[in-house]
Amino acid sequence: MGQHNETPMIELIDVYKSFGPKKVLDGVNLKVRRGESLTVMGGSGTGKSVMLKCILGLLKPDSGRIFIDGEEMTGASGRDQQRLRAHFGMLFQGGALFDSLPIWRNVTFALTNGRGGHAREMRDKAAMLLERVGLGPEVLDLRPSSLSGGMQKRAALARAIAHQPDVLFFDEPTTGLDPVLAGRINRLIVQLVKEMGATAVTITHDLHSARTISDRVAMLHQGKVIWDGPASALDESGNEIVDDFVKGLE
Amino acid sequence: MNFLIEALAALGRTAINMFSGVGRLMLFTLQALRAAVVPPYYFGRLAEQMALIGWFSLPVVGLTALFTGAALAQQIYVGGGRFNAESTVPAIVVFGMIRELGPVLVGLMVAGRVASSMAAELGTMRVTEQIDALATLRADPFRWLIAPRLVASVVMLPLLVMVANAIGIMGGWLLSVNKLGFNSGAYLATTRKFIEHDDFIMALMKAAVFGFFIALLGCYHGYRASGGAAGVGNATTHAVVSSFIMILLSNLIITLMVFG
Ligand SMILES: Nc1ncnc2c1ncn2[C@@H]1O[C@H](COP(=O)(O)OP(=O)(O)OP(=O)(O)O)[C@@H](O)[C@H]1O
Ligand SMILES: [Mg+2]
Repeated sequence: MGQHNETPMIELIDVYKSFGPKKVLDGVNLKVRRGESLTVMGGSGTGKSVMLKCILGLLKPDSGRIFIDGEEMTGASGRDQQRLRAHFGMLFQGGALFDSLPIWRNVTFALTNGRGGHAREMRDKAAMLLERVGLGPEVLDLRPSSLSGGMQKRAALARAIAHQPDVLFFDEPTTGLDPVLAGRINRLIVQLVKEMGATAVTITHDLHSARTISDRVAMLHQGKVIWDGPASALDESGNEIVDDFVKGLE
Repeated sequence: MNFLIEALAALGRTAINMFSGVGRLMLFTLQALRAAVVPPYYFGRLAEQMALIGWFSLPVVGLTALFTGAALAQQIYVGGGRFNAESTVPAIVVFGMIRELGPVLVGLMVAGRVASSMAAELGTMRVTEQIDALATLRADPFRWLIAPRLVASVVMLPLLVMVANAIGIMGGWLLSVNKLGFNSGAYLATTRKFIEHDDFIMALMKAAVFGFFIALLGCYHGYRASGGAAGVGNATTHAVVSSFIMILLSNLIITLMVFG
């Protein structure tokens, strides 16, 4: 992997981001290779979600540069940013399904850009996508608010993969789910990444998930990536903070 | 001395905040206008908002206008009585409703209904990351959320004001004929004589301006909400208060420009 001198799918160079006096990202450097599955770990509030939002161009870093497949996201025009976003599918931490639309419109949103029309085709498409995440056609016409948390998460997952993105971001895909469902979601992510040949970045607090899902793990601490290495090396990282994290959770 | 410097610094901070706030609002306004004017448009979303703002405001707007028109007639009758000028009731009801009360009452009622719900809905979408999700799914939030609300509000407010004016004048007529002993035919003839084209145009212009501020401020505060449920609550309050102020202020300015 990466033996050729290929451009990374995602590259962050010295990314800084503060909110008022609060420093969140304090010089993040990170590369994600094409086809790789990376897990980002780190304590609550260390800026993991903020980092993903900076990559997507939803938040503007104070300084530093972010490249998507060799193209710069930071400082790109609104139109270019939108074009670059076509690479991505994102599962937001809280699902972020649109309350005002039924599930099937939510799931096919990336295909329709939110327009009506093609209803029959889109419903079929939605049913297929929902099946992939283990949801039946009975949820098609429901509003997100009448689904359970786990079902919302799976519907959001279906929405994130609908347009066959080549990069998938999962922000805490298993938090708040029961262990059985969490296991299912983890296997689903592995399967999706394999099937679609996508690059994946997953945020999780769950070491077991990290080991199941990822080739590589990066540890974010106090606004910096302080360690990264293969998932198998987590136990002998030789890094105190990683050790604490691993022991604390096992 | 120290105290003085601190006080000055606080004042400076407030001033800077105020200016940067105005700047942010201007920028937001430009983005919203651009999304409203430059295609692509979301007609489905626009129709939905028109129904929400126009149709569903009719009951509250109609009732407000009816009661106010009747009360206005009663007051003019009593007040006019002191100068033996009871006969001015139909004329002053027309002026009062069309020039001031119609637009302002509709503006305030709709602001209470609509600016608050826009701020609450967009604010909730903001804090639950739905706005981020929209952008990630490559739908411009300005086009999808804000432009339809802005256009619908600017279009619907004048229509609501027309309805309110008609109902308000009717309220005055009903009370005058049934309680104050006016002759119905004569009352209506005077009413018709005092409805002036220019007043009518000004009322619609006011309404469009109010509609603009209602949607703009509702969306602005909602779009910028942060900090969970409390943040959404704050955004809603700010949206209602600021749109009330802008309605009353712009009403005064337009009145002074036209009649000053
Ligand atoms: N829009 C914002 N405005 C102000 N502060 C923010 C904003 N977004 C995030 N923050 C702050 O940045 C810090 C990092 O937030 P972030 O959501 O990235 O944490 P996280 O690492 O994802 O944590 P968790 O594991 O709990 O989700 C937090 O302290 C948060 O309060
Ligand atoms: Mg997070």
